[in-house]
Amino acid sequence: MSKKIALIGNQNCGKTTLFNALTGSSQHVGNFPGVTVEQKTGYIKKHKDELELIDLPGIYSLSPYTSEEIVSIRYLLEEKPSLIINIVDATNMERNLYLTTQLLELNIPMMLVLNMMDEVITSGNSIDIDGLKKHLHMDVIPISASKNEGIEDVIIAIENNLDKPSQHIDICHGVVHKAIHSISHIVEQSAQSLGLPLRYCVTKIIESDEDIFNQLKIDEGDRHIIEHILEKMEEEAGTDREAALVDMRYSFIEDVCHQTVFIESETKEQIRSEKIDRLLTHKYLGIPIFILIMLLIFYLTFSLIGAPLQDLMDSGIGIISDMIIRFLENHDVSFWVRSLIGDGILAGVGSVLSFLPVIVILFFFLSMLEDSGYMARVAFVMDKALRKIGLSGRSFVPMLIGFGCSVPAIMSTRTLSSDRDRKMTIILTPFMSCSAKLPIYGMIIAAFFPTKAALVMISIYCIGIFVAIISALILKNTIFIGEPVPFVLELPAYRIPTLKNVFLNVLDKAKDFIHKAFTIIFMASIVIWFLQSFNYTFDFVSDSSQSILASIGSFVSPIFAPLGFNDWRASTALMTGITAKESVVSTLTVLTQSSTTAALNQALIGIFTPLSAFSFLVFTVLYMPCVAAFAATRRELRSWIQAILTVLFQTGMAYIVAFVIYQLGQLFL
Amino acid sequence: MTLDQMSPQTLVRIVAVNGKGLLRRRLLEMGLTPHTLVKIRKVAPMGDPIEVYLRSYVLTLRKEDASLIEVEVVSDE
Repeated sequence: MSKKIALIGNQNCGKTTLFNALTGSSQHVGNFPGVTVEQKTGYIKKHKDELELIDLPGIYSLSPYTSEEIVSIRYLLEEKPSLIINIVDATNMERNLYLTTQLLELNIPMMLVLNMMDEVITSGNSIDIDGLKKHLHMDVIPISASKNEGIEDVIIAIENNLDKPSQHIDICHGVVHKAIHSISHIVEQSAQSLGLPLRYCVTKIIESDEDIFNQLKIDEGDRHIIEHILEKMEEEAGTDREAALVDMRYSFIEDVCHQTVFIESETKEQIRSEKIDRLLTHKYLGIPIFILIMLLIFYLTFSLIGAPLQDLMDSGIGIISDMIIRFLENHDVSFWVRSLIGDGILAGVGSVLSFLPVIVILFFFLSMLEDSGYMARVAFVMDKALRKIGLSGRSFVPMLIGFGCSVPAIMSTRTLSSDRDRKMTIILTPFMSCSAKLPIYGMIIAAFFPTKAALVMISIYCIGIFVAIISALILKNTIFIGEPVPFVLELPAYRIPTLKNVFLNVLDKAKDFIHKAFTIIFMASIVIWFLQSFNYTFDFVSDSSQSILASIGSFVSPIFAPLGFNDWRASTALMTGITAKESVVSTLTVLTQSSTTAALNQALIGIFTPLSAFSFLVFTVLYMPCVAAFAATRRELRSWIQAILTVLFQTGMAYIVAFVIYQLGQLFL
Repeated sequence: MTLDQMSPQTLVRIVAVNGKGLLRRRLLEMGLTPHTLVKIRKVAPMGDPIEVYLRSYVLTLRKEDASLIEVEVVSDE
């Protein structure tokens, strides 16, 4: 059996860098049981299969408010790791040690890692490591994770601290001290019998956590005594119980820091950050600069670097597909198996896989922005605008990613601290026109609006954003009437991202994407191929207009008459578009039996008028996202029903907006 | 006086933190406790939220939430 070691610390303290340095390439990403908080585990170098490191979420405190905090507490209490490695940002000791004071209550052996010591030292500040060890009764290891300095020391310290008993340290001060000890006597026995750390139970009681009262089965009589003790404490402290407790912890920290942390000035990085922010969060320039940065990233991702790579990937997949098909032909494999593999699986999975380069490049830039500290500034700059529609600045980033691909965008909502914000963002993000829809725009524009390409593109994107805003306002005033969420966010110092972190993050996302391509997309491709290739008597049809899919398409197509396109090929394309948006193009190509672009243009002119083509575009932007995004939605909402309601809402909005545009267009054009 | 009314570059000391529940706990836990020195650094381009410096780090919070924090002015440069 391997021993479990928990790595925990605030956000922005370099936890991921340390985790990567300690575990190297042995990482495994999963979820904490029952929730969608990501759990990364890995074996510590040189201790494979012996010492397993668990990366707990980056949190500021153990209060049970966000799912990240709840997961962390539950993990520490239930799994009882052999050791806690608490990593703190040495340039910001006071606030980082707050979590430490809470961890100390859990009776688990612990060691402290001071990261970013290089920044402390080069700025002329210093920390008395030995003094800190004495005050906190634990091992303290100074490191600079981004420079790979001190990692060996951490591994040695882990070996030394593994089987040590947990440290007993009393951080009590003044009046709270008395209350803690009085309450300890009352609940000591029941805490012991439940195997819960006593000190943790007592502070939960002081924080009026109802769960702990029930867990410890505290009876009415004891409740009264406890209430009396706390009222007396509040009276003496001159403040309420919650503030008194936080204050006690901070007084202890201030005491320790006063004797061990010597700050002459802000660190160089902090001074540099303030200078950078004079520009990046400038009153007038802040927003234009942000838009420029995003435009640049999108230009690089979707045209300059991404497009050629995507073409390359496309032709690579094409060559491999051809080889497989030729191989099958040469070996006399039956026609329908060849069709299943060629037209179904290879075409479906291949068209999605060709988006891999774009995903990789996009996540490369986004990780750079995230790790540099700029994302927090984006939230700072954009918060007011998003608050108007009932969200916070933090929702901006997922929505932005949505322009690339809804799947990672929906996945990235995990970083949002409020459930309400998370759900709203998941519902709204697919309205941001994703890059997979670009081929559809290209197809329609080439056939109908060749001279007005830019105008059509811009209006399509704007309609998406506009509908997202309207939807947000609707949701905010109906389903998601709720309290505004606290927006109390650290703005970390700007730091140069380490390539290793960015690389590992990109690798993670790429793996996730490939995994989806070979599971959900694979299945969906087979289903669509089946519907497209067979009729109701399960005979193979060579003309897809005779297929099951075509008859479903003909059946639903009258629904789209008010939108201007009552054509079975259009409605069938919209259905196949659910597997992957690019399929809209391939389906229309197949169903119109067009072998060239020119032929496709001609065929499209037969199906649509310019107005109904535009209405078709609007519907494509807004209606339910592809199965991969649907799968992500279901996973993040943790509910099939909510996920289905979400796509029904999206499709409903698409219908209404396309309807209005087509009908108004008919009146005025 | 409350924190949201302060103009940039003012150094203040926290007198009390009002409000309740999650929000108040967050404010306290992020180190906005009574007696803490806080420097107001900046207001976001759209006029909200604000950026402050305390306990050697930079924090941003909304004016609405900052109005829960009672302060006294220590100095304004």
